[in-house]
Parts: sequence; C-alpha cells; structure tokens
Amino acid sequence: METIILFAPLVGAILCGFGWRIVGEKAGMVIATGLLFLSALLSWIVFLSFDGHMEQIQILRWIESGTLATDWAIRVDRLTAIMLIVVTTVSSLVHLYSFGYMAHDNHFREGESYRPRFFAYLSFFTFTMLALVTSDNLLQMFFGWEGVGVASYLLIGFYIRKPSAGAAAMKAFIVNRVGDFGFALGIFGLFFLTDSVDFDVVFASAPELAETNVTFLWQQWNAANLIAFLLFVGAMGKSAQLFLHTWLPDAMEGPTPVSALIHAATMVTAGVFLVCRMSPLMEFAPSATTFIVYIGAFTAFFAATVGLVQNDIKRVIAYSTCSQLGYMFVAAGVGMYSAAMFHLLTHAFFKALLFLGAGSVIHGMHHEQDMRNYGALRQKMPMTFWAMMIGTLAITGVGIPLTYIGFAGFFSKDAIIESAYAAGTPAGMLGFWLLVIAAAMTSFYSWRLMFMTFFGQARGDKHTHEHAHESPMTMLIPLGVLSLGAIFAGMVWMSSFFGHTDEVAEFYAIPLAGEVHAEAGHGEVASEAEGHGDAAAEDHGAGAMAEGAHHAAFGGAPGDGALYFGPENTVLDDAHEVPTWVKLSPFIAMALGFVLAWVFYIRQPDAPRKLAENQPILYRFLLNKWYFDEIYDAIFVRPALKLGKFLWKKGDGTVIDGGVNGVAMGIIPFFTRLAGRAQSGYIFTYVAAMVLGIVVLVTWMSIAGGAQ
Amino acid sequence: MDNLLSIITFIPAIAAAILALFLRGNDPAAQKNAKWLAMIATGATFVVSLFLIAQFEPSNTDFQFVEERSWMMGLSYKMGVDGISILFVMLTTFLMPLVIWSAWNVNVRVKEYMIAFLLLETLMLGVFCALDLVLFYLFFEAGLIPMFLIIGIWGGANRIYAAFKFFLYTFLGSVLMLVAMIAMYVDAGTTDIALLLKHEFSSGGMSLFGMQIVGGLQTLLFLAFFASFAVKMPMWPVHTWLPDAHVQAPTAGSVVLAAVLLKMGGYGFLRFSLPMFPVGSDVMAPLVLWMSAIAIVYTSLVAMAQEDMKKLIAYSSVAHMGYVTMGIFAANQQGIDGAIFQMISHGFVSGALFLIVGVIYDRMHTREIDAYGGLVNRMPAYALIFMFFTMANVGLPGTSGFVGEFLTLMGIFQVNTWVAVVATTGLILSACYALWLYRRVMLGDLIKESLKTITDMSRRERAIFAPLVVMTLLLGVYPALVTDLIGPSVEALVGNYETALAEHAPDAAVTAAETGDH
Repeated sequence: METIILFAPLVGAILCGFGWRIVGEKAGMVIATGLLFLSALLSWIVFLSFDGHMEQIQILRWIESGTLATDWAIRVDRLTAIMLIVVTTVSSLVHLYSFGYMAHDNHFREGESYRPRFFAYLSFFTFTMLALVTSDNLLQMFFGWEGVGVASYLLIGFYIRKPSAGAAAMKAFIVNRVGDFGFALGIFGLFFLTDSVDFDVVFASAPELAETNVTFLWQQWNAANLIAFLLFVGAMGKSAQLFLHTWLPDAMEGPTPVSALIHAATMVTAGVFLVCRMSPLMEFAPSATTFIVYIGAFTAFFAATVGLVQNDIKRVIAYSTCSQLGYMFVAAGVGMYSAAMFHLLTHAFFKALLFLGAGSVIHGMHHEQDMRNYGALRQKMPMTFWAMMIGTLAITGVGIPLTYIGFAGFFSKDAIIESAYAAGTPAGMLGFWLLVIAAAMTSFYSWRLMFMTFFGQARGDKHTHEHAHESPMTMLIPLGVLSLGAIFAGMVWMSSFFGHTDEVAEFYAIPLAGEVHAEAGHGEVASEAEGHGDAAAEDHGAGAMAEGAHHAAFGGAPGDGALYFGPENTVLDDAHEVPTWVKLSPFIAMALGFVLAWVFYIRQPDAPRKLAENQPILYRFLLNKWYFDEIYDAIFVRPALKLGKFLWKKGDGTVIDGGVNGVAMGIIPFFTRLAGRAQSGYIFTYVAAMVLGIVVLVTWMSIAGGAQ
Repeated sequence: MDNLLSIITFIPAIAAAILALFLRGNDPAAQKNAKWLAMIATGATFVVSLFLIAQFEPSNTDFQFVEERSWMMGLSYKMGVDGISILFVMLTTFLMPLVIWSAWNVNVRVKEYMIAFLLLETLMLGVFCALDLVLFYLFFEAGLIPMFLIIGIWGGANRIYAAFKFFLYTFLGSVLMLVAMIAMYVDAGTTDIALLLKHEFSSGGMSLFGMQIVGGLQTLLFLAFFASFAVKMPMWPVHTWLPDAHVQAPTAGSVVLAAVLLKMGGYGFLRFSLPMFPVGSDVMAPLVLWMSAIAIVYTSLVAMAQEDMKKLIAYSSVAHMGYVTMGIFAANQQGIDGAIFQMISHGFVSGALFLIVGVIYDRMHTREIDAYGGLVNRMPAYALIFMFFTMANVGLPGTSGFVGEFLTLMGIFQVNTWVAVVATTGLILSACYALWLYRRVMLGDLIKESLKTITDMSRRERAIFAPLVVMTLLLGVYPALVTDLIGPSVEALVGNYETALAEHAPDAAVTAAETGDH
C-alpha cells in the first residue's frame, strides 16, 4: 500500500506530462489528480490504522560501494505517516484547485498547452516529497531533498517568459544547494563515523557519537554536535531559515497553487521533518540544538517584522511561512519534536488555506497581487472571505485560553511557546520572548491582510473591482476541506501530539521508561542498545515510580520509537506545568496584534502612512527585508562573478597560457637562434632535441639501474 | 571467440581501411555510403562488445579475454580487460554509433571524417584493452593524430591554433611517460602490464641532483606518468588546452573528446599510477588532492564567466574531472568506485551536453550565449532534454551524475576533510553556472529576430539523445549495474595498494601518518 502511495504520483506525472498528447489535456490532468486522490486516500488509511510499529519495505538496491550499502526503501513509522497525510492531502487538493486557477493564464498565449506540464510538475513534486518522507536512509532522503528542489525550481519558473520567475527559480535552487552543501557533508561525516547512512544504524550509534571526537577542518569537534549542525544547515536551506531564507519570498513568482503546496505546506517543512527524524541524534547534540533554537527564534522574529510592511499579498504569507517555520525549529531545538510536528501539521492546513484563499482573491482580481489595490472584497467573494477568515483565526491562534477549544494554531503555537519556556535554558527563554513578540506581529500582519483585502473601501483599478468574482467550485472545495483542518486539527490531535507523556508515547510508539525490558525483545537494535536502555530505564523507572504513575517518562533506546527523547528531556512534562501567565501570553499577544491592526486599518486608515513617514529608516529597512538580498549580492554574487572573470582572463589567460606561450615563444626561438648560428634552422632543433632526449634517457637508465 | 577484444578493437579500423581504399568520389551517394559504413561498423562493434560484457565475470579480478601474440622486434601484442577497464570499452562502443549519427549532416570531406572517427575508435579501444606497455603507448599516442586532424580540418575559425595547442600539451606530457616506460622496462625487465602490476618498483629514498626524493624511483615514475595523465585529464593548471580544443572542434569531435578521450587520463591513473607506484602515489597524493579541489572551485568559477556555451561546458568538464582525480587519490573503495562511476557518467552527460550545443549551433552557427534567449518558446522538446542533462550535470540524485560525485566526496571525506569541504562547494557552484546557462539560453520571451524561425529537434536528433537519457537515468537509479562490475576489481586494487604501503613501512607509514594529519 505504501508503495502505491509513493509511486502513484510518479505514474501520474509521467502519464500527464508525456501522455497528454495521446489522451488529451483534460484527461491527462484528471489522471494525475485522480492518482493523487488515491494516494491521499491510502495515506489516511495508513495514518488512521497505524499501530505504531515501524515497517520497512525494500524496493531496489541503490548506491553500493564497499561498506556503503543503500537501498531504495520505504520506512513507515508515525513521523512518516504524519507527513504522508500532510503531503498527499494538500497536494491532491492543490491539484483540484489548479483546475480552476490555471484554467486561463495571461502568461501564456492562446492555444498553448501549459496545464498538463503544470500538473505533471505538481505530481512529480509530490513523488519526490513522498520519497523524502518515506526514506529509510539519509541518501534516499537526499534524493527527495534535491528532487523537491528541482520540482520547486521548475514550478517557480513555470512562467517561462517572465524574467523575474526565471531569476527566482534559479535563486531558490542555488540557495537550497548552499544548505545541501551542509547536508551532504553531514552525510559524509555520518558514513565516516558509523559506516552507514541507514537510520537504524545511525540512531543506534548516536550515544556513541556523543562520546566521539572527530577532526574536521581546523579542530576537534564533538561528533554528534558536528553532524547535527551540518544536517541542520541543510534544514536551514530547505526551510528558509535566517541567512538562507532569501529564496522563499522570491519563490512567490510561481503560480499560487505552487506556493500553497511547496512553499507553505510541504517542501519547506522538510527541514523540520529532518530535525525530528534525526531526534535520536539531536538529543545527543546539545550545542547544535541550542543553535537551532536561536536560528528558529530569530527567524520567527525577523520574518514577522518584514511581514508587517509587505504589500504583495503572497509575500505577506510567504514571510509568515518563514516565521512559522522558525516556531517549529524552536520546538525541535528545545527537544519538543512532537510539538514541532504538531505545528507542522496544523500549519500545513491553515497556511495552504491562506495561500489558496489568496490565490482565489488573485484569480478573482485578474492577477492583481498588491493589497493596496484591494479592499471591500467581502461581498464579491463571500466564500473566499470566510475561508480566509478561518485561516486567519487559525494562524493567529484564536481559542479560549486554558481550555481545549480553539482553532488549530491555538494549540500548536501555544504548545511551542510553552515548550520554549519550559526548556528553562537561556536559549529557550530568548526563544519564548521572541516567539511571543512574533505572535503579536503574526496577528497584526494577518489581520492587516484581512482588513486591507476584504474590508474598507475598494481601491485601485475600478474596472478590475467591477469584474471581481467568486472563484469556481473546483477552487472552493479545497478551501472548504482545508478549513475543516484549520478548525479541527488542533482539537482532534492535541492529546496525541502534546498530551500527557503516555499519550504521546503511544502515538509515536515510544516505549515508556518502565517498559524497556518488554520492548527489548522486539528488534536487534533494541537488544543491542539494551545496556544503555537499562541504565535509562533504571534511572527513570525509579524516578517515575517515585512520582507516581501519572508522570510516565519516555524510555527506550535511540531509534526505538518514531521520536526519541533523552532521559534528561522532560520538556513535555514541564510544558504542562508552566505558570498561567505563560499560557496566556500568546493569547494576549494575539489580541494586541488584532487591536493594533484594527486601529491601523479600520479605525484610522491613514495611520500606517503617517507612521511610515515618521519612521522612514525603519520602514525602508523592513520594506527592503533587512537588505539581505543587497548584502548577499555585494558579498557573494558579484565577487564570485568577478573572481570567475579574473581567473579566466588572468589565471588561465595571462598566467597559464601566457606562461606556456612565454616558454614556447621565448625558449624555442632562443634555441632556434642558437641553432641558426651554428647551422641552419629547424632541422638542427630536432637534432638537438633528440640528443637531449638521449642524454635524459641514459641518465634515467643509469638511475634506474642504480636503484635496482 | 578467444580474440574477442581484437575483433572489437579492429572492426572500426577495418571499416576505415575499406573506406580509404574502395570508396571513390565525393558525390552525395558516396557520402551517404561513407556514413552508412561507419554507422554499421560502429554499430557492429557495439553489438560484439555486448558479448564481451555478457561473458565478463565481475568476481574474477584478474584480466579476462586475454590474448597474447608475439609481434615485431620481440615485442608482444597483449590485450585483456578487467573490472576497471571493461566499462570504458563499453562506453566507447556505446557512444561511437551515436557520434557518427550526430555527424549525419556533415558534408565536407565526409569520407575522411568517417575514417578519422573509425580510426579514433580503434585507438581508444586499444588504449583500454592493451596489456603491454609499448602497445598501450602506441594506442595512447596515435589517438592524438585523428583527433588533431578532426579539430584541424573540420574545426571552427581558430582551429589551427587549437589543434596545435591540443597536440603539444598532450604530446609533451607523453614524452615524459615514454621515458618512464623505458625506465620501467629496465627495472622490471618486461613490458607486460599484468607482470608489471606484480612487480615492486623500488621505493627507497634517493637523491637526485642533490635533492632528496621520498619514495625514490616510484615517485619519479609517478611524476613522469602524472605529467601525461594530468594533461589528458585535464587537471588544473594544465587544463587550458581543453576549452580551446572544444570550442574549435566540430560537435562530434567534442563529444568524443569529452566522453572518451579525457577518460584515458583517469584510466591511466588507475592502471599505472596507483597500483604500480603505490608509494609514489601516496607521497604525491596530497598535492593531487589539492589540485583536484582547486580545479573544482577554480574552473566552476571560470565557467560562470564564460560567454561561449561550449567553453562553459568544457570548463564544467574540467571541474567534473576534478572529482575523478580526487576520488582516485582518496585511494579507498568509495573514492575509486566513485571516480570510475563519474567517468562513465560524465561520458554520457557531457557527451549529451556537447550534442545539445551542437543542435543549436547547427541552426544558428554561433555558440555565443548572448545570441540566444527564450528558446523554450519554440523548442519544447529541446528544452526538456537540455533541462534533463543540466540537472544530470549538477549531480541531481536519481541521475548518474550524482552517484560519482557523491561517492568521490564520501571517499575523500575519510581522507582529508579540508579537501572534502572545498570540493563540496562544487555542489553549489555547478548549480550556479549550469542553471545560469540554461536561463540565458532557454528562458524568457523569444525576442531576437534571428531566432523567430528556429525549429525544434528533428526526429534524428531526438533519437540520438534517447539512449543517453536512458543510460543517465538507469545508472542514477540502479548504479549497481556499474558498481557490481567494478567493485571486486576496485577492492583488489585498494587492497593491494594498502598492502604495498604497509610493506613499505616504517618510513612510508610515517609519511602516510603525517599526510593523514594534515
């Protein structure tokens, strides 16, 4: 069944991409979409019927060399199952949505067949993304990792005639490759240290790595920290974290369904998935995870500040995505992988919803994306309005504090903020405050988007506004389905992702501290690590016993469950015990953001302009996204091009060729002149060369003879 | 069929002789006959070579299909293949029919053109099959002549300069190799490669003109061979002949040059340098590794600055060959497996890229990147093929380009992390130059008046790419096709290398430890 889930989209991509010439455009698109819905259906069956036991399916041998042996294989555990439903659900809905959204496109000429290509790319993307999340080793993960990069490249650059799209596509691929540079080094390092890239082996040797030092570049490093850091660099690229985030806003050049699927719900969360997948390693890499918290927190903060002032509706949501990914990394960094996955899941629903809603607005407004030209669209597009409203309520985290009633984001975001506080480390505290501030800003820019788009006066081109229309059913149905997710996902899965330890443990099939002995019989890995597990079990078994049955603790060896929590990791328990003001803080921040947005965009619509005029430097700093693009251009792009030119003209031209020519043009005429003096011309040169050659030969023979 | 290798090697030569002796005239019919005969001969060579690979036993690490005959002047004619060489034979026989087919539209001196390619094929196959030093040297050097002629006669405007540069660079390197071969004969008393592989060349320190030479004779021999193979490869900084040669060569010539001729250098390292002079290799490895790493970064940066499509791809070739030398001198299983894989893959990918340039060169007669733009509007099939091989060139997992790059990097990481990190930046840089090329040539609106009538690929052109696409994908998804064949031979090679180094202890062990520390 998992094999069908994985390969159905690939088959769809091939049939649609190449077969549409035979079966027709429409049929090709229907086939691709149908196969994805099949995939999604099966994924839900897998997710709901999943009993927690990890399953591995080997498909084909892949790269083998000496002790390196990798397979194309599927690994299904809870993490995979979560990702399966996220990817296939959003993807199938986006396919459906694209029937409406891509029906007419001004970027293409009359009669051009661009739609099958679009659907084929979408399906191909889904296949590579599934390959990423189902991988059983790091190398296959890298395949998916780069595969989604290519699909993203193709889709960002889908408007082939638009120069900015081509530039954005290239930028996305290259910045991602910077991350992949780290990821690849991490894989090399892991193979060097553990002689394998299979998850099972790597997880089992994680405790050992924590004790190992390895020489890398100029000094000795702790192996676990080094590898975790390198892998995280890959995650930073893919998940658009600070310093490697610059590609994500530009990626909005792609069609909006692409932004919803790739740049909000799935691909960009691959980095979070990687960190969670590597939780057995991360637990042994305290320095690396601290770094993850810092990067995540600063990204959440930075992206939210930029989101405050953007006017392009898609860019606002893009920065919002960037910011929300920062949240997830904070959670993963403080050791609450489960909360990170929770936010990943809920975010996939509400962010895809917001993007598709924005797409519906853009579609209805004839591809106008500037929010300054929107306004009062509530009546023209009621369904879209309500969908966007639900998305906004979800992302800002609306719910009733201290209860279990609220929109999806209410649960997952609060879970992260509480975990950051509960971590108790300086990084955690900083993360907590930055995230709370970011929550206020999230609320502000989300409501700003709503107010500017749907409320107030109609601005911009009158003609466009008169012809603004609600989108067709193919686009509204996906909005409806995702709305359900944005409303209920939090309430339904709260206890599985962020409930009591025993609930979470059951969900991820993590053995509890007292159960290690029972689990040990299950697999070789467990028995190999039994010694370690025993120690942990006894430590914690005793602790758990003392505190009573309610405080069950995670146990097991690295790799036993879908996630691993080290013996010292009590963040989950602590997070439930945080002071009430901490639990209320995100709600207060959210309310504050809402009120401010209301004042700025409903009550006093000229306040934003005045503020911008009063603070021109700050405004331009934010509007220009902290000048990251300009700085990178000045320190990387242009110098690289200049250096290339310099090496070519001077290095290759003057030094190497010049040197060789100099020798040739200098010495040979010199000899010729010599020759000319003695005899006449070239023949002599050859004779001289021959004589010289013989001398060299004789010398060599004597040396060789001497050596014998 | 105990002379299978000779049959494979000499079918093209016989066809060339037939063409030379019996084909008269230069009318279209005669041209057509010449092309068809060349096609049939190269096709037949490929078919026969399939028997070779079918009967080849990967687990046997000795030479197989060995033929030995006495020859003139006491020399012997000895041929054979093992896991290291067989794939190069296959690569050559596989590509040559495609090369001939790609030259279907040539109409200048067609007969001679075909003769040159047929002879070239024989000589290239000879290099990979020869098991005798003299025979190897003959094939190795003689191969220069047809290539020299192909560039010099059928090349572009500046062909004479490029042809001489090509010839002189590669020939000068070879002279030193000849000297070394004579020294080897004197030392070992045989020119049989199989025996030389078992011979232990002296590795005791010696002094020459007052200089202490670590590794002694082995280091000197290594350096002499290195001069030849490094130029052939080509390695930085003796690579500058390659861009010029590629730019001036006709498309088919570029394809052969990139896909097969460059591999002779890598093959030479694996056949001679590493197994015969292990101590010398070990002494010189840090230098070679750094040269490789610099090559990857340097030529990638230079590639970014190029304005000529062929030059860009030529520089990209040099960068990819950097991975090969790096993998070979990492001297472990992953490194060498990766190096061989990279060479095979590069044969398909760079060959295809030069064909891709050829497709539009045939239409517009310029390779200037700025002369193009927006081709995707009129050439969708071409855009797809170009995209595919661009991705293969940047080493996308799932294509053959990935496996070699990744394995060589994995190999080097175990030896020297500095080199590994520098070389891994090639991952980023290759994406920069390759995607930028694609964007400038293919994407955007088609505004240039001259391109308004350009046509998409013909059926023949598509058919030429089909096998290359299949191989690139197949090897990327199921690399065991290659690694199963080369694995045991490489394992033996690495094993022998390490034993030789261990035997050379203690003083080699000290140097090895020192170099390992750096």
